[in-house]
Amino acid sequence: MSDEPLVLGIETSCDETGIGIVRGHTLLANTIASSVDEHARFGGVVPEVASRAHLEAMTPTVERALEQAGLRFSDIDAIAVTAGPGLAGALLVGVAAAKAYALGLGVPLYGVNHLAAHVAVDQLEHGALPKPCIAMLVSGGHSSLLLVPDVAKDVISLGSTVDDAAGEAFDKVARVLGLPFPGGPYIDRAARDGSGTAIAFPRGKYDDGTLDFSFSGLKTAVARWVEARERSGEPIHVPDVAASFQEAVVDVLTRKALQACREHGVQDLLIGGGVAANSRLRALAQERCDAAGVRLRVPRPGLCTDNGAMVATLGSDLVAAGVTPSSLEIPADSSLPITTVHV
Amino acid sequence: MLVLAFDTATPAVTAALHDGERVLAESTTVDARRHGELLVPTIETVLREAGAVLADVTVVVAGAGPGPYTGLRVGLMTAQALAASLGVPAYGVCTLDAVAYGSGLSEPFLVATDARRKEVFWGHYEDMRTRLSGPAVSRPHDLPADLPLVGAGARMYAEVVGASRLLDAPEYPFAGALASLAAEQLGEPDIREVVESGTHPVLSTPRPVYLRRPDAQVPAAPKKVGT
Repeated sequence: MSDEPLVLGIETSCDETGIGIVRGHTLLANTIASSVDEHARFGGVVPEVASRAHLEAMTPTVERALEQAGLRFSDIDAIAVTAGPGLAGALLVGVAAAKAYALGLGVPLYGVNHLAAHVAVDQLEHGALPKPCIAMLVSGGHSSLLLVPDVAKDVISLGSTVDDAAGEAFDKVARVLGLPFPGGPYIDRAARDGSGTAIAFPRGKYDDGTLDFSFSGLKTAVARWVEARERSGEPIHVPDVAASFQEAVVDVLTRKALQACREHGVQDLLIGGGVAANSRLRALAQERCDAAGVRLRVPRPGLCTDNGAMVATLGSDLVAAGVTPSSLEIPADSSLPITTVHV
Repeated sequence: MLVLAFDTATPAVTAALHDGERVLAESTTVDARRHGELLVPTIETVLREAGAVLADVTVVVAGAGPGPYTGLRVGLMTAQALAASLGVPAYGVCTLDAVAYGSGLSEPFLVATDARRKEVFWGHYEDMRTRLSGPAVSRPHDLPADLPLVGAGARMYAEVVGASRLLDAPEYPFAGALASLAAEQLGEPDIREVVESGTHPVLSTPRPVYLRRPDAQVPAAPKKVGT
């Protein structure tokens, strides 16, 4: 397949400087520089810290990707970059870099949607996406259900969180439990020694018939439960709290994902985003998909969290679809709607 | 030699080409909110006006600030990535030095640019080529008294610093001045090694001068939600 274009993808929407190189749907390199350690003591991503780190990390991370793939700049056929949504200042560093590489190498630029890229990346592992499929994206910044007729052209929003993103709830509950940032992996680990049914935490919007989510009430309920135990001096079994919180989140997520499949008569569900690395979400989604006769696709954890390969993959799809490249005047758009797959 | 120079550390998005002897083309747009959109078209404009192509460029020079961070990073990221893809060196020059050079002055003065938050970025110059101190960030009324002032930051706070101290000189770091200042230095032997060692008086690696730490507070214990 050497006639397929080599695409270099750049992702800087949050705290990961991600560079990926693909040829078609073949992954050749995926390098990441993360500033997560610099944010940990602040309990969340600090935009200015992230933007500074992207500028420091960009050219060395690109060099590492080229080295990993055994390629030179002159081999690259196109540049793809996350144009939004995300942190404005962080996005702007990636967009500036992408334009400069495209200009310097004389190759086309494709500004892409971060969420659509999270969907597209699964093709590196599991082949071309069924058309249509339902995609659920869950991360620290997003919780969305999408109907995806064609990831390069047409993505439809079915629902999203009305307050906190799922990953945000993990971070906040982790803080309440004295676990480090980012909370997802720590809660996942703690929950393995606890019971998901120990505490009946509320499941927001569980039966409201919509495909929207709400995690703010759950987060507050966990904080209240913990505070009440602290006041009365009762011991708090962190694994049980973690497992019960996690169960509430993944119960709602998987229930609504399958509701979306049912309502739209779609047999294929894809889960992406950082929270898709959660072991209980993967297990419960598999169980419920099996029961409903729905095929489940979840990329491996390293492709679920933010990375450059996902941007390169969507860029590759855009090249294949003959989409007109982006102008070198495109802005970074922190609130780019999911219906805009490329800019 | 063909120097491509640009600066995005002030509201001016400015680019120029310099052949080692003179400025071949310069283009500037003042728009504090669109550095990311304007820079590449501005570079393309100067290339077109000079009848040059990117492959002719032998060195990229960018204003290294200090300046508002979001815009500043656009120029430095562009310089780093453009130089890497062209296989040429990239250097930074203090943005205030470009304003000073553009003034053409031969007596002592201060350069001040807008640092937002009611502060200015400033430097103290012996003449157009010689910085005595700075860059630093201060409230306008804390600037050294008596010396004449150049730069948009001085004009913004004319009432505080005294309108009579303002000199009639270009108030932004126009890229023609930036390129000319850099071009004077680029002929030196072993210039790349000297810059990388951090000892060159004018040229630096193309990395930002921030002068402030990121705004971020280490949080106290989680807020109680009450019952």
